[in-house]
This record gives sequence, C-alpha cells and structure tokens, in this order.
Amino acid sequence: MTAVITKRIIPCLDVQNGRVVKNVKFFENHRDAGNPLLLAQKYEHEQADELVFYDITASHEGRKLMLEVAKDVAESVMMPLTIGGGVNSVEDFRNLLLSGADKISVNSSAIRNPDLIRAASDHFGAQCVVLSIDAKRRPDGSGWNVHLNGGRVDTGIDLIEWVHKGQELGAGEIVLNVMDADGTQSGFDLLATRTVKENVDVPVVASGGAGKLEDFYDVLTAGKADAALAASVFHFGMLTVRQVKDYLTGRGIQVRGFVE
Amino acid sequence: MTSALLVDYGSGNLRSAAKALERAGFEVKVSSTPQDVETAQSIVIPGQGHFGQVMTEFKQSGFEGPIREALQEGLPILGICVGMQLLFEGSEESSMPGLGLLPGFLKKFPKGYAVPQMQWNTLQRVGDCPILEGLTPDAMAYFVHSYYVPEESGVQSGALTDYGVPFWSVVSQGNLHGTQFHPEKSQAVGLQILQNFRALVEAQAPVSR
Repeated sequence: MTAVITKRIIPCLDVQNGRVVKNVKFFENHRDAGNPLLLAQKYEHEQADELVFYDITASHEGRKLMLEVAKDVAESVMMPLTIGGGVNSVEDFRNLLLSGADKISVNSSAIRNPDLIRAASDHFGAQCVVLSIDAKRRPDGSGWNVHLNGGRVDTGIDLIEWVHKGQELGAGEIVLNVMDADGTQSGFDLLATRTVKENVDVPVVASGGAGKLEDFYDVLTAGKADAALAASVFHFGMLTVRQVKDYLTGRGIQVRGFVE
Repeated sequence: MTSALLVDYGSGNLRSAAKALERAGFEVKVSSTPQDVETAQSIVIPGQGHFGQVMTEFKQSGFEGPIREALQEGLPILGICVGMQLLFEGSEESSMPGLGLLPGFLKKFPKGYAVPQMQWNTLQRVGDCPILEGLTPDAMAYFVHSYYVPEESGVQSGALTDYGVPFWSVVSQGNLHGTQFHPEKSQAVGLQILQNFRALVEAQAPVSR
C-alpha cells in the first residue's frame, strides 16, 4: 500500500447573531442568504471536506445563538464542523462540543491565555483544538508577527515561535491567515504557509487570499498546506468547491473526488 | 423499527451520531443506563479524545459487563473512533488496558505525515466485512486520529488504510464491528456504512435473552 494524502477544501462562513453575514449569492431568495443551515446543506451537496463557522458576534447573547447554530448544523449535515470566535474557556469548548462541533478554533483568547490550549487539549483531545493565527509580515521583512483583533494589534510575537508553542501546548491543527493576503484575492501567502508547515508536525490549513483556481494549487504544493480555507470566492459564486477539486485533480493533486 | 442503543458514558457529544443513525433508518435510544443493553437490538459505542480518559469513563459507566454479555449473545455492536479503539488490548496513548475483545495494540503515527491524521482516506476491504457492502474502491471516509491499529495486529477482516503506515480502519469480527473514522461525518459513504450495519441488525435472528 502507499500512503494516501488528500488535501482538503474548506469553506468558511462568518456568523453574527446566529446569521451568516457577508452576502452569499447562492439563493434567489435574499432572506435565505444568511441561513446557516441552508448554507451548510449547500456546501454538503458540493461535498466540501469540512465546514468552518466563525462567530464574529460581540455580545454574550449572540454567542448563545452560535450554540443553536452548531446544534442545527450538526444535526442536518454529515460533515466535520469547526467553530471559532469568542471561545475563551474550557467551558466554551465543552458547550460547543456538546452542541455538535467537532473542532474548536481559538485565536486571540489563546494569545491572552496560552494555557487555554493545554487545558482544552487535555480535556477533549488535541484533535479538536485548532489554533487559528492572524499573522502579518514585519515591516523589515524579517518574518511575521502574530496580530490580534483582526490585524489591528501587533502582539510582537513571532509567528514561528507561536506555532511551536501552540503545538507544544496541544493544538492539533493550525489555521494560518496571513493578513497581507486576506481579502485581497491575490493568492495565499505561500512563503508564510510553507514556513509554518516546515516548523510543525500537525496539519496546517492556509487561509486568506484565495481568488482563483491556481491559488489553491499553489498553496497546496509550493505552500505545502494540508488544506485550504476560503470564504468569499465560494460565497460569491466565483468558484465552487467542485470546480476547485476538479482543477486540483487535473493537476495531479489528490483530493476526495466528487461522488455522484 | 430497527433500533440502536447509543451508549452515553460521558464521552461527549452524541448528537451527530444519533442523527446519522436515524438517517440510516434506526430508531435511536441514547442511554446512560447499562440495564438498557438487555432490551437493545444493537449497540453503538462512540468515543472521542484521550484513550485513557475515555476508557476510564467507560469502566465507570457500568456498561462493560452488559456489553460483554450482549457480544456473547450475538448482538451486533459497532464502535466508532475511540469507541473502536477501546475494543482492542490497549494503546500507546495510555497505560489503561482496553477491553481486549479484538487482538492488537494501538500505536502512535510516526513522524513524517501530519499528526493527527485529519483528512479523507480510502478503505481497502479485506476479508468478510459486511458493513462495507456496496462501497466502491474509491470511497473515502473522514479520519481524525493520532493512534492506529497496526496491520500486523491479529485482525482478520475489515479494511486497511494507509497513512505512511498501513492500519486497520474498519474491523469486523463476527457480530463486533468498528470504524476508526467517523461514519457520521463521512457523508454518503458514512451513511452507507450505517445502513449496512442496520441491514446486519435486521438479518440477525432475534436474540433470546
């Protein structure tokens, strides 16, 4: 036998107060465009490999709605579900896992309190602890720093030191969002992604910057990523998950093929 | 209606598994009461997290005795992920012994590929494995795990998967079945496996107990 390594393609949806935000152009009926359940089903039909919901709600009440979203989605689709955003404690992990999330991603809260990674990993296993990182190239070009609050605050922490520490504390996966590339649709940051991948043993998911088919190919080959996560290209209908996978297959990258 | 007893011994969320079993045509009873095993038609043992912790919870739950008896009586049993790992003799992850119902000892994936394995992977059928009925050779299932059942363990039938090392991703031994991956997360392939399990339960002569 030879090892089978399949790259994953993962749509990511931002949720605010229980509704998906950023207009999603799948539905004729505009009122359905923010329905997390319908979107999850849509991506299941496209046979996305996993699904990520990112809660950008600021309020406590809104966060509780995320638990409802997790429950509804976990009951209606048979695919791996990651939830992130506003996860500050082991209790938050527990509540989301009990609601049906398979993996939980932490970002700012892990920077403020790295022990959260260890505590969650000890309680629930490394397989469900995802360390999500926003990084930005240092002005002098010498590497990348970890940022907080969507890139507004430079923590001064070096990206590579942080991924080493995250893995050591028990993170089972790393999602790297390079702020320079995010939202630009000019491609993933290949160098940053590859550098992270070469420094850890856990899977690395590239995020931020996907605009065209080649971008996915590049980050999964030159960028060495195990998976690619994207939002707008999928939501705005520029690309479908299937198109991306067919393209990758055509260029010799192994992905889970579409099952008719 | 064919029923499945989904064992709730504190190993976390059972919602996805319960819903997937319902979708496969089971009437599902989620239970933390070991006595319920007596009236069960089939048993599903879920599990996620650390082998030692899951095993400890299973031991404390009181389900071990009734499930061992049910296995002897021929009741179809399905273990999922760490719920399958528990059926073996033990794991490098913990000094806690497993249930020893299947031969073999779990090892940690060597360095080389990313660990945990977190991806879709193929299932190469070996011997008589009724829960893989109807699946094409390119069928893939979703895996999340760091420990594996080595090919050289004494398992006779099921499916092998390769992630740098070949390992048993499905085991079938008599009425005892297990999947290292999550059928409830494996879309159409997972649903087919759960439906196959239901067919087994239905084909089973009623257990007198």
